[in-house]
Amino acid sequence: MKDVWTIYKRELASYFSQPIAYAIIVIFLLLAMVFTFTLGNFIEAGDASLTYSFFLYLPFILMVLVPAVGMRLISEELRSGTLELVGTYPISLWAVIVGKFKAAATVWLLAIALTFPIWITVNWLGEPDNLAILSGYIGATLLACTFLAITLLVSAFTRDQVICLIVSSAICIGLVFATFDPFVRQYSKTLAPDVKDAITSLGVWDHYLSLARGAFRLQDFVWFASIILASLFGTSAILSAKRA
Amino acid sequence: MAVPLVAHMGRRRTPFDPFSGPTFHPFSAMIEVENLTKQFGSKTAVNHLSFSVQKGEVLGFLGPNGAGKSTTMRMVTGFIPPTSGAIRICGVSVIDHPKEAKKHIGYLPESAPLYNDMTVTGFLKFGAAIRGLSGSAKKEAVERAIETCFLQNVARQSIDTLSKGYRHRTCLAQALLHDPEVLILDEPTDGLDPNQKHEVRQLIRRLGKTKAILFSTHILEEVEAACSRAVIVDRGQIVVDGTPQELIAKSGTGSLTDLFRQVTTRDTASAA
Repeated sequence: MKDVWTIYKRELASYFSQPIAYAIIVIFLLLAMVFTFTLGNFIEAGDASLTYSFFLYLPFILMVLVPAVGMRLISEELRSGTLELVGTYPISLWAVIVGKFKAAATVWLLAIALTFPIWITVNWLGEPDNLAILSGYIGATLLACTFLAITLLVSAFTRDQVICLIVSSAICIGLVFATFDPFVRQYSKTLAPDVKDAITSLGVWDHYLSLARGAFRLQDFVWFASIILASLFGTSAILSAKRA
Repeated sequence: MAVPLVAHMGRRRTPFDPFSGPTFHPFSAMIEVENLTKQFGSKTAVNHLSFSVQKGEVLGFLGPNGAGKSTTMRMVTGFIPPTSGAIRICGVSVIDHPKEAKKHIGYLPESAPLYNDMTVTGFLKFGAAIRGLSGSAKKEAVERAIETCFLQNVARQSIDTLSKGYRHRTCLAQALLHDPEVLILDEPTDGLDPNQKHEVRQLIRRLGKTKAILFSTHILEEVEAACSRAVIVDRGQIVVDGTPQELIAKSGTGSLTDLFRQVTTRDTASAA
């Protein structure tokens, strides 16, 4: 546990000693607000809820920006050879993976938390269901962590950060668009309803939007947790296999 | 358990087997490597290699490029698992108890990898924390390592602004933080200027009095300058083992280079 903390502190310091974390947080906040006030019709809709004005658009932003934060996770260690140092320290590989993942997740937690002015605004203008908003924020954080875990797994395969960015973004974009409602309506015309439901429940929207609407369902947490844990275990397995 | 110990040893093990018995023998070597083998696919990088390093001994690891020196060191430090064989550091098996064994090792990898976004002091503090040091012990360890490796001038500098010599010494400092009993140095003088080479050799010699050191090199004069014993490795096997004086005597011409060329396979000949 102490090892995880040591790795975590180093990683987090490295994010904030370089421009990357600041740049991505600023771009994220800008895009989130642009979407909210244009496509989201935040003002015109007159709805004291953030579900369809704000949370609905976050997956489109996160699917490309999260891999940009995570692309250096293992790739950088592979490229610079520091994994050889870390691999000979008296700590477990698991502590390294978890520590690095938590640090990147913290960057995203901060980025998402910094959208708080929209929460203040909606409370100023109306009387929203603040528990539903909290649930939406939990959903957004879990979604960022899920994309981050996927990026972590991809980054264990390559020492090239650009390849990691492209591949992990592609996977995240696939997860988002494959079950995006307008697309689903197109391709599900010929499919049985059960098949359509099965496909929908594999993608992001079913699980994310239920949280954004304020519904706590067990299957959503299982979906997020299983992708995150599978990716972390996969990363550990790949790194062990690479050494052998 | 009724089997007499001596008879048991005579039947099952050779009398010189340093691994006989499950308990840690206080006089056994700090680094014990037996029948170490590493295969990458069909290629055998290290082939039944055995050696040991005692406390107070500096073992020079010589050999042409691709002889398996770095692979052996990576296995001894627990970074890559061997295909077969046994490795013990201070009596602890690296394969069975990696976490425990790694505590006794300081390792300088060949490329001297470092986190470029950190300062020298920041990096050493991180290394000390990972080694379980905290508070004043951590501070003292970092200060001592900076002093030992002459890093005072760059202590606050960011690592990506360092010259190659300073990078190497920062990585060496990292290996010394926890005052390990065993030092594994992969080409510690590679890329240094003659002054720095001299300093590092002096350092190895000094540290070698109280530790067990295994270091690899291409520079044959280093054998005489720093080693108490040297082995020449070729195609994953030890071909020569002895003190620098014995090696020179063995060469017949008084030159280590001649011996090296006699016993190792050259790139031009290995194709046959």
